[in-house]
Amino acid sequence: MSVKSPSQTQIGWIKAAVFAACLIPLALLVWRGFTGGLGANPIEYITRSTGWWTLTFLLITLLVTPVRRLTGLNWLLRLRRMLGLFAFFHVCLHFTTYLWLDQFFDWMSIVKDIAKRPFITVGFTAFVLLIPLAATSTNGMVKRLGARRWQLLHRLVYAIPVLGVVHYWWLVKKDITEPVIFALLLTVLLGARLVWRVRKPASLPPAAHAQRA
Amino acid sequence: MLIRSKPDILPSEITPRDVYQRRREFLQAAGVLTAAASLSVASIVAGPRVARAGAKLPNVRKSAFSVAEEQTPYKDVTTYNNYYEFGTDKDEPAENAHTLKTRPWTVAVEGEVKKPKTFDIDELLKLAPLEERVYRMRCVEGWSMVIPWVGYPLSELIKRVEPTGKAKYVEFITLADPQQMPGITMPVLKWPYTEGLRMDEAQHPLTILCLGLYGEALPNQNGAPVRVVIPWKYGFKNGKSVVKIRFTERQPQTTWNIAQPREYGFYSNVNPEVDHPRWSQAKERRIGEFGKRPTLMFNGYAGQVAALYAGMDLKKNF
Repeated sequence: MSVKSPSQTQIGWIKAAVFAACLIPLALLVWRGFTGGLGANPIEYITRSTGWWTLTFLLITLLVTPVRRLTGLNWLLRLRRMLGLFAFFHVCLHFTTYLWLDQFFDWMSIVKDIAKRPFITVGFTAFVLLIPLAATSTNGMVKRLGARRWQLLHRLVYAIPVLGVVHYWWLVKKDITEPVIFALLLTVLLGARLVWRVRKPASLPPAAHAQRA
Repeated sequence: MLIRSKPDILPSEITPRDVYQRRREFLQAAGVLTAAASLSVASIVAGPRVARAGAKLPNVRKSAFSVAEEQTPYKDVTTYNNYYEFGTDKDEPAENAHTLKTRPWTVAVEGEVKKPKTFDIDELLKLAPLEERVYRMRCVEGWSMVIPWVGYPLSELIKRVEPTGKAKYVEFITLADPQQMPGITMPVLKWPYTEGLRMDEAQHPLTILCLGLYGEALPNQNGAPVRVVIPWKYGFKNGKSVVKIRFTERQPQTTWNIAQPREYGFYSNVNPEVDHPRWSQAKERRIGEFGKRPTLMFNGYAGQVAALYAGMDLKKNF
């Protein structure tokens, strides 16, 4: 065994640790909820927090491939599916907060919001696009779809965070510092892929086929 | 998921009103005594202090303009603030505003007036009888509070400086000091934060020069030591920590209007029928409540102020 190639058991432990770490943001939110730490406007706080973590998990998911390439730690790919699913988990919390806590299932105003307010339209689109990715995240679904089609579908993971950042950017009143930071990070992550693609066309690293998750 | 549900029975329903009010008074008195004790120590060191943030304001009268709605807790009023000079997050003003120096403080009143004058803050505190005005406050972002402000009609100040016939507008210029305000270094908005009103709006009895809340001098994060409150307009019209009031013939430029002219107009009257270009203004969340409530025309003050805008297209003059 080594850092480069941990054993099956070690991978299992790493996965468990990452899984636990990914639950920390939600745990903190719940803890704040019980200790009155959500401020004067708890619903806004929950909405902001779950949205922020959705974007963050999307970026972390996109970080896996570049880090693997730079470090040669191929086993990192085996964490990617879980990270992506945590992004989906947080967007579900985010959307539920909006439907339930914020709008209280006022369908009329929800439909109006989605149709009329560009930032909600964009955010909703990103959410809807994530659903098929989560639904086809199992090994069985990769087989059923065929690797090529599956891969094509999962390219959506590049477009979704772009929509997410636009959603954030359009909703802030004036101080766009945070959306700008997300946009810059995303540019780096997507830019790196573009650069690699231009430099070495048609040479997908072998591990990418083996462990698409 | 977390829902902060309201208890079925409010403590105020169990305890007889006069009892809990006495309890409150007792606690307040105890608080004041403690504060007074610590202040007296401080005053030996730093000289006499009058109406510092948190100090109880004397002889505050009730006002018929107050609403009878449940008041937003002091903690929420003083920790959930938009005051970009101290940071753009809601909790930042409460954390950062301790650096604001509210003494000495003067407000220069100038422009189209016969008697321009620079008022000292202690003079402003005694200019007219202090009144408690419990007003609704609707933020353009879609939340609202009910706040017991302390102040008096701005018209009290206006009549003392005798505006000339040319005075059509009033401009409020607020403090912009990078030494005291960390947010000023960020070019988020054009500093100093400036707001304005039409003369008749400024003279309306609901418009107040505000010096306190909850019976005490204004906390720094709420715009100490002096601000304006115009309850039928979105919250950002209420300039905080005012240092200059200027009477002008032409409509003054206002900060949010400069920042986003399509989104924030000069009037910015609360209006559920005119949406912000990016979000609806039909409903609002009252801080402390779970569900949203419908937003009222002119924030519920239509009876008093609608006449000011008779014949105006409020969609155009948003």
